[in-house]
Formats: sequence, structure tokens, C-alpha cells
Amino acid sequence: MLAGGQSLIPLLKLRFASPELLVDINNIPDLDYVVVDPDGAIRVGALCRHADLERSTLLTATQPTMAAAAPLIADPLVRNRGTLVGSLCHADPQGDWASVVTALGGHVVAQGPEGRRTIPVSEFVTGPFDTALATEEMVVEAVIPAPKGAPAGGYLKLERRVGDFATVGVAVAVEVAATKITRAGIALTGVGGATIEAVDAAQALVGEPLTADRIEHAGELAAQAAQPRTDHRGSAAFKRHIVRTFVVRLLDRVVDSREMAA
Amino acid sequence: MTSLFEEITSEPTDDVPVRRITLTVNGERRAADVEPRLLLAHLLRQGFRLTGTHTGCDTTNCGACTVLFDGSAVKSCTMLAVQADGHEITTVEGLGTASELHAIQEGFKDAHGLQCGFCTPGMMLAAKALLDENPDPSEDEIRWALSGNLCRCTGYQNIVKSVLWAAEKLRGGAEG
Amino acid sequence: MAQALDEIKIGGLGASRRRVEDNRFIRGKGNYIDDIVLPGMLHMEILRSPLAHARINSIDISKAWDIPGVRLVLTGEMMASRNLAWMPTLSYDTQAVLATDKVRFQGQEVACVIADDPYIAKDACEAIVVDYEPLPAIVSPQQAVAEGAPLIRDDKENQHDNVVYDWEVGDKEGTDRAFAAADVISELELHYPRSHPSPLECCGSIADFNRATSKLTVYMTTQAPHIIRAAVALVAELPEQMIRIISPDLGGGFGNKVPVYPGYVMSILASILLERPVKWIEDRTGNLISTGFARDIYLRGEMALRQDGKILGVRMRTDADHGAFFSDAQPSKFKIGLMHSAFSCYDIPAAHLTARGTYTNKAPGGVAYRCSFRVTEAMFFQERMVQAAADDLGIDQAEFRRINFVRDDDFPHRTPFGFLTDSGQYGKCLDVGLEAVGYQDFLRQKEEAKREGRLLGIGISTMTEPLGAGNSREYDILGIKMFDSAELRVHMTGKALLRTGAKTQGQGHETTWAQIVAHELGIPAEDVTVEEGDTDTAPFGMGTYASRSTPVAGAAVAMVSRKVRAKARKLAAHLLEVSEDDIEWELGRFYVRSAPDRGVTIQECAMAAYSNMPDGMEPGLENNAYYDPPNLTWPFACYIATVEVDPETGVWDVLNVVAVDDCGVRINPMIVEGQIMGGLTEAYAMSSMQFITFDADGNCVGSNYMDYLLPTAWETPGFELHEVVTPCPHHPIGAKGIGECATVGGPAAFVNAVMDALRDTGARNIDMPLLPDRVYEALTERHDVSGAPPVRSDDG
Repeated sequence: MLAGGQSLIPLLKLRFASPELLVDINNIPDLDYVVVDPDGAIRVGALCRHADLERSTLLTATQPTMAAAAPLIADPLVRNRGTLVGSLCHADPQGDWASVVTALGGHVVAQGPEGRRTIPVSEFVTGPFDTALATEEMVVEAVIPAPKGAPAGGYLKLERRVGDFATVGVAVAVEVAATKITRAGIALTGVGGATIEAVDAAQALVGEPLTADRIEHAGELAAQAAQPRTDHRGSAAFKRHIVRTFVVRLLDRVVDSREMAA
Repeated sequence: MTSLFEEITSEPTDDVPVRRITLTVNGERRAADVEPRLLLAHLLRQGFRLTGTHTGCDTTNCGACTVLFDGSAVKSCTMLAVQADGHEITTVEGLGTASELHAIQEGFKDAHGLQCGFCTPGMMLAAKALLDENPDPSEDEIRWALSGNLCRCTGYQNIVKSVLWAAEKLRGGAEG
Repeated sequence: MAQALDEIKIGGLGASRRRVEDNRFIRGKGNYIDDIVLPGMLHMEILRSPLAHARINSIDISKAWDIPGVRLVLTGEMMASRNLAWMPTLSYDTQAVLATDKVRFQGQEVACVIADDPYIAKDACEAIVVDYEPLPAIVSPQQAVAEGAPLIRDDKENQHDNVVYDWEVGDKEGTDRAFAAADVISELELHYPRSHPSPLECCGSIADFNRATSKLTVYMTTQAPHIIRAAVALVAELPEQMIRIISPDLGGGFGNKVPVYPGYVMSILASILLERPVKWIEDRTGNLISTGFARDIYLRGEMALRQDGKILGVRMRTDADHGAFFSDAQPSKFKIGLMHSAFSCYDIPAAHLTARGTYTNKAPGGVAYRCSFRVTEAMFFQERMVQAAADDLGIDQAEFRRINFVRDDDFPHRTPFGFLTDSGQYGKCLDVGLEAVGYQDFLRQKEEAKREGRLLGIGISTMTEPLGAGNSREYDILGIKMFDSAELRVHMTGKALLRTGAKTQGQGHETTWAQIVAHELGIPAEDVTVEEGDTDTAPFGMGTYASRSTPVAGAAVAMVSRKVRAKARKLAAHLLEVSEDDIEWELGRFYVRSAPDRGVTIQECAMAAYSNMPDGMEPGLENNAYYDPPNLTWPFACYIATVEVDPETGVWDVLNVVAVDDCGVRINPMIVEGQIMGGLTEAYAMSSMQFITFDADGNCVGSNYMDYLLPTAWETPGFELHEVVTPCPHHPIGAKGIGECATVGGPAAFVNAVMDALRDTGARNIDMPLLPDRVYEALTERHDVSGAPPVRSDDG
């Protein structure tokens, strides 16, 4: 299936993939949306480009984790064609959007001859470049569930230069009500065979105010959840350290932004 | 068929698929029969002999192949020619006219924004897409917008100057 | 009184003349190799080895032939039957064109297919089945000479180990004495990682053999078309005058387009066999994995120091990784290029260098990427050692350099390795740089920042480097002397055509050579057309690399212009009806000394050369000049970088880059600055992210742009440029050349800056690239980080 093609076509060119049939969905109308539902859920259509998300003032206002990630995907030219949904379906273990949508507890809506079904993103990817989609199914949109509290968070990516895959990527998505965290999601890019959901780290934040100790603790748990390999981007120890550092930085920013708003 | 004949150089095989596409290139309507696997960059270069669009890598990194696709800057090496069916492509050859250069072209010449010239067509088209959307970009915004286009020669500083030069001219300011 | 011409207005020396070549490039009308289409042209693709070291048991090409549109499939065996499986290199070694017995590096050429279009050719390559028997791979010079190491070049009759050469230069005894007398000895070990010039345009050729005329025309991405013509004559055993090499517009070179690559040879043979033009354009992977890489050298150095800061002597040891074949283009007398030009800007009494080169299972090369023949390595080593020595002595970085600089009045100066430097104002350049960067202020800021837990650093790199190789007494490539040439023809209307033996790849020769003619003859630069690259028309030259064109070809342009002016003087005398002794020259015009209003323009002289010659004078106004430079030229540079290092992540940002360049007289200041900025960017790239490495099996990491990282406009810092001018005493227009200076001197400035920020950790060295994880390791573990980034490991 060809949407943005920014991951698929390179594979075809390098002859790592030779499909017999390629279905180009780019001419299907009305799939290029990013909308916020009345309840606050965000829906991203299959043909919504990374660049649309980067430019979306809607997202900047309502979804800081996504807004932070959008400009960091690949490079500006690739962002003009590539799609968030396509990125999820490509299921590259080093994909950034998978971490973001996982941290936000999102799901994809798959449509096939049998109708539509919802698949949580954490169950959607079944292995490197492999998803739970059936052959005749296509993902029509990705959905970020309506927040109950005020969304806060961000995405930090350690990359050696624009367009590089993440050495380490960290998505932090929390919801704040009064002074407490009511929901938290933390997901990691590039430190395992697939996106890693740092469940314990996120859970450690829920129901409590964000103190420096809590933040440190969450960072530590997230580092432990990572399964990085030592390679030419860095040692495993270094990558764990960056996970910890980025979690702390993102949570510190949440604290700062709330204080500024107050 | 080229005006008089088309030589058949090998036995026609049924299993080589062919698609007819119609597209607009630099304002001119063009049509071609292509294999679905033909890359857009190759249709432009080898098919239409518009060799200003270049290819510099095999992993969608360098941006030398940048063209405008319905006004949006894209890497033509990472699109199939068939995807351009019904769409508008602008290449570097469509930037100026026979008698007048585009301000961006003038800017690159005036501010020494090119040396070997290989990245230049792609760089200028990415710059055009930027200026179409943001007529008064800052230096950071220019560097960000061009971060998908690699240059080996200039060190980018004069490229930024070239785009600032062009932006000022397009806004109606004094030249240079 | 006739108005004298304004040299800047006519585009002479010092004019920032806008470039002539831009007119076609900005329109997308460049004529690069892949833009060229010849009638009946076929396309060639190469099948490359996936293994670094393996015996070839069999190659089955039958399925490739089955694909419609395939015209020819070549293997090493077929090349061998025509004596073309191996070819000589520019360093007196041999290199496989197509592998026969073994493959010796990952990416080595194993077979090629010529077909109706490149897609079919690639399809057919995929259908070729090769049976390999893997052998252990050698991926470092240390492994190459270890006990029991497999022999890589078992094809060479007298090769019993993996050593290419052992070489030395300098004064061992004198240096030993200096070390014995030293108060302090400073030591440093470095690895300059493998890099690749990677111009944005890959290499390629279109070979076109015409059976009817017996002429072979080859369009080729080459920086040295005449060397190629000679090489092709040798390898293909065709008569030299029946070979025409045309180097069209080049999308960058940086030394990548100097060697003779197997693909060129295959395309030539294919064209001869098929009697049709054959085009070969490599892809980026082919370019990075198989063509001439750069650097990959281990450097160990010691400096003998006196307590007051004087350097008494230097010892250097280099171990160079040459890959599977010794194919460097470099002056044949010097095995490790001009490595021994290190420390030339310092007044050091004694020095000694030992060098060894080894074969490894990697692509061949070493001399490339704006290195001025290994001078990038030399100057990086020099400035890293200088920083370490200053630290060891506890002396300020700038002060230490000042203490040891060759003084302005010490020229000519003989370096301990035998070079003769002739001019410079080193102290002044350093002053300008320190002032521009605000040195004392920055040191204060650095201290204040430290109190806040922030890490700032400043790095200095100063050097003079040898350009313009080179004098015929000492310099040759394969025995051919390294002169260069220019041919100037002035037409009757005073317009001119200039051809040289150089070959521009973006340096702007079409613009700058005309400026020299304008300077010498007063013909406006826009009236002078410059052509390069076609061996049928260009005078013989050794091409453009190692920043040699301004010093050598540029000098030839000046000399040929002077020859033309000398003849024009005679014509002027004839036209003015006075003797030559009564003639004076001012820009563009000869006049009678005693009656200055009586004069003739150069254009009038040109017309006279065709229509009104004095008796006995040959008609026409043209000449040529072959220039054998008396010495190298010695530009000087001072590069200063300031950085901030994030102590939590190891990420470092460049705050400022100040460059002070003294390249003598600047022909076109705008173009000179462009060269400097391009070089500084490459320096930044190598210091921060750009590298090629290998795993233990010889698998290459860095064979595509996902792994071989070139900085974008976003990461690349801005540059502040300054100028000092010390003319070259022996160059006709006082120019020294600039093309590679910033690439040569730049990396040390960045690395020195980061190491300065890490000063309190006790780490003295992080080998490039200074990726965040390596900086972080040095910071937190407080030790050096050496060698290339490891490819994979199972820990963690």
C-alpha cells in the first residue's frame, strides 16, 4: 500500500521489497484530515502528511507531544509526503510516531471487507515491519483518545543530524488536573527491537504531583525499561542515560509550563 | 511514436506492465507511457530530458532530486512516475522564463550560493516552496526549510544569503 | 589623457566577479555526465561483492543473459582473457578491475551487465549467482601485521605480508638528541577515521568507441583528464592520440574523481566489444563503498619541550590503512604524501617521521577529500599535539603557538623535514583571529560558565600547508612531472579563448582564470571564454586536486598572458610607429612614453595581428605556457572555534567560528570565501558526525547517506571570515591557493574546542567523530576515547 511512500519506495529502490502489486491510495478523497472531535479526541486521517501536523496550530494548542514530534520526523521534504498512519503501518522499529501514539494511548482504525475495527497501537505492531493488519485491511485513521485532564508533555530525539534515525527518542504524554498527574504515558524510540512502552515509569507518576524526586524516579524506571544495544550510535549505558535525561527534561518542562500558566 | 517510427528492439513481452500518464510539467501538458516502477526523477530526466533535476544518493537523503509537486517540495527519486498522473510538477527549468530569471536564481548567482551546481536546482526549488509560504523567513527558518537538501561545496552560509536576497527582491525591496 | 581602465570594473584581480558557470547551473542546464545521451547508448551496472574477503568458487551469469534487453555480461574471467582483469594504479600497484580469484573488500566489483536501460541492467545483476567461500577479514593496520594474519595480496608475486611500504624522513639522531635534552615530553595517539569525499554527484563514464575511425571517446568524471588519457592508453593498449577524454561539468570532486576506477575500464571494454556507447553511472552505495576514501590513519606523536615553551623536536609515527590496493594519486617520491609538512609553521630544529602502510580488506584509497596529499592528516595531528603540549606545559594555547611560530623575518625557512617556506605573517593572523573571537573575554566567560555547571571551550588551529605540487625536481605521479599549462588565443576583435590543463569541479575556473587574463592584458574578463577538460583541445595538465590549480595552472595563465602581451607590444610599436623601447603599458593599452595620449588598445593590437603585421612577424596573437613551479606555495590559516558542551548528553553546539586566511593575492574574494566556508563545513562534518567504519567481518558502516552523515544547513554553523595578505614571492601574481586550507586546518579547531571544554576531566583526546556518546564517555569516565565507533556488541 502506497501512501507517502517515503519508507516504502526506498525499500523498493534498494530491492529489499519486491511486491507484485502496489496499491496507491493517494487519490482517495477526504483522508487528509487532522481534526479534533467535540470530546477532544484527535483523529488523523491516513493521508494526513507529517508536514500538515507540523503546521497544525490545532495540534500545538491541544497536543504538545504530537506537536513536538512532528517537526522531528525525517526532513522537510520527506514530511511533505510521508504520513503518520503510513509510519505506523510501516512499523519500523525506529519510527518516532509509534512512540508518540503509544505514549498517548492511541489506536488505529482498520477498515476491510468485514467492516471497521479498532486496534490499540500497543497491539498493532507485531514485529519489525509487521502489523496486525489482515491482507485486505487498510488503516484509515489514527486516533488519540480524548484527554480528561490538560495535555502536557513533549518529544525529545537525540539524532546526529536532521533526517537521522533516533539514537534515542522519548515521548512523554501526561494529563494534568489540579496539581496532579491523572494520566501518563512514556514510550521510547531506538532503544529496543520495537517501541518500548515504559509502563512502570508512567504509572509511577499517576495520582501525584510532579516533584523532583518523582521525576527522577520516573526517569530511572524508564531507563530500566529500555533495552538498548551498544552500536556505532553509542553504548547501551549511554542510551539508557539519555532515556533518563530526556524523561526528566520533559517532565521538568511540564512543571515549568504549568507554573508559567499559573 | 516519434514522428515517423518507433523501432521494436526486442520481442514485446506481455508481462511488462505499461501505464499511460498525463501530467503538467512546468506549465506544459505532457503524456507518457511508463512502467509503474519508473521513478519520477527518471521520467523527468531520461523521459522528458529535463536534466536539471539530479540524483545524488539511493536512500532519499540528499534532496538533489527535489521538484515541486502541486507546489509542495518533494524528492522526485522517492515517488513513482505514475503518482504524478494528473498532477503539476515544477522543475528548475520551470523556475524562470526564457527571458527572465526567477529572483531565487538571481539570488543564488549574486550571493555565490552555488559552486559545483549539483545541489542547486533542488535547493532553489525547496527555497521557492519556503518563500511561497513564508515571504519573510529568518535565517533559522531558511536553514530549517533546507535541511532536507545536502550541499557539499558551499557550507550553506551563502545559500542562506541567496534566499534572503531573493526574499527581499520578491517582497519588492531593493536588490542585494 | 585617455582614462585608465578600472581593474575591478573589467573583472581583474580582486574583483568579486559573479560566476560565468552559474548561468547554466541556475537554469538546470549543466552538462553533467548523467545528462549526456549519445545515440544507441547502453547502460552498465556493476555487481558488487557482499563479502570483504572471500574466494570466488564460481560465477553463474546464465540467468542474467536470459533477461530481455541485456546486451553483455562481463566477469573477471572474461576480462582476464583480454588481459584487463587487473590494471595499474597511480601508485605503482595493481588493482582488480573485476575480481578473478578472490574478492578483497566488501563492494568490490565482481561482474557487470550492459543493457538497454539501467533498470534492466540492475535486474540482470540480481540474477547473477556467485558462490563465495568466506575468508577471515582484516580491518585494521594492526590486524594486518599481526601474527598469522591472512595474506590479502596473494596475487602479487613478491608480496609475503600485508605491508605496502615502510618509509621514513627527517633526522633521527638529531631528534633523539632533542628528546634527550627535553624538560617535558608530550605524547599523543590519534586515529583519523576513514572518511569519504562524497561529492554530491557520483562517478561515471560514457565510453564511445568508433570502429570506423578507431577513436575512443570517453566522457568521464575526472579531475585529471590527461592523466586518464595516458592511463587508458597504457591499460587498453590504444594509441594515445586516438583517445579523447572529455570531463564535462562535475558535481564536485574533492579528490574522489582522480583515480582510475574499474567501472571506467569496464565501460571502455564494453564499448569496444559492442561498438556502441556504454554509460556507467555508479550509485551512492558504489561510490561510498568502493571509490577512493580518505584518511583512516593512526598517528602517534611525541614532542620534546623546553620548560619555557620552546619545541625542541618532534617524532611522528603513522600507520596508514590503504585498503586492498595501493591506488593513491600522490607524488611518487612520498609514500605517505606530504605528511612531513606537519609543523612547518613552527621553528623546530629536529624532527623524524616513520610511516608504514598496510593492506586491509577495505576499498582502496587514502589520499583524497581535500587533503593536499595527506596534509589534512598532518595538520590535524600537528594542532592536536600542539594543544596537548601547551596543556602539558601549562602555557596558554595562543602564547605557546606564538613562542614557536616562524617569525616574519625568518623567511625563507627550511623545515626539519626539508621543505622551504617562503612567506607569511603568522603572528598577525593569530592576532586577527584572537581579536575577532574575543579571546580574553571568552576565557572569562568560560570560567563564569563553569561556576554554573556549563561547559564552554575554545579551540585554535594554526597551520601553513604546502600547495601547488609541484616542482619537477621532486614531484611526479607515475613519473609524469607535475607542471600545468595554459593556452591563450586572442581573436581579431580582441576577444579571447583560454584553455588550461586544470579541471574545475566547482572552484569557478571559468570565472577566475579570465580574471588573470584581464589583469595581465586588460581584456575584460567577460571577453575571455575559459575551457577545460577535453584532452583533444586542452594543453597537457595534471588536473585539479590538492589545491594545485591557482599555484600552477593559474601561474601558467599569467605566463601565457605575458607572452601574448610581449607580442602585442611589438604590434603596438608597429601601429604607433615607434620603437618598442618607447612603449609603455598600462592596463589594456600601450602608449608612447613621450606622448601618452598616443596609444593603442590591446583590442587594436589583436586586430593588427590579423590585418596589419610588421614585416617578418608571424600573424595571429596566441601562445601557450607550461609552468613548472619553482617551489610549493604556503598559505597560512588560523581557525578558532568556540563551543558549548551539554554535560548531560555530550551534545556540543558551535558558538562561533572565526577563520583568518592568508592565501596571498586573492583573484576573486567571493570565490575564495566560498572555498573557505565549504572547507570549514567539511571540517565540522568530520569532527562531529562523518565517518566510515567496519565490523570485524569487514562489513562497511557508512556506505550510504543514512550511515555516512553529511551535515545539513541546520547543523552547520555560520562562519566569520577574515583576510591577511602576504603575497607569494615566486608566483607570478602572488597567489597561493586556498581550496583545501579550511578542510586541512579546520577539524583541529573543533576538536580542540571540545577538548578544551572537557579540560577538567583529564581526558586529552577523543578521536573523531566527536559524537555525543563519545563526548559523554570522556566527560563522565574521565578518560580518552580512542578509535572508531564500534559497530556492534552484545553487551547492554
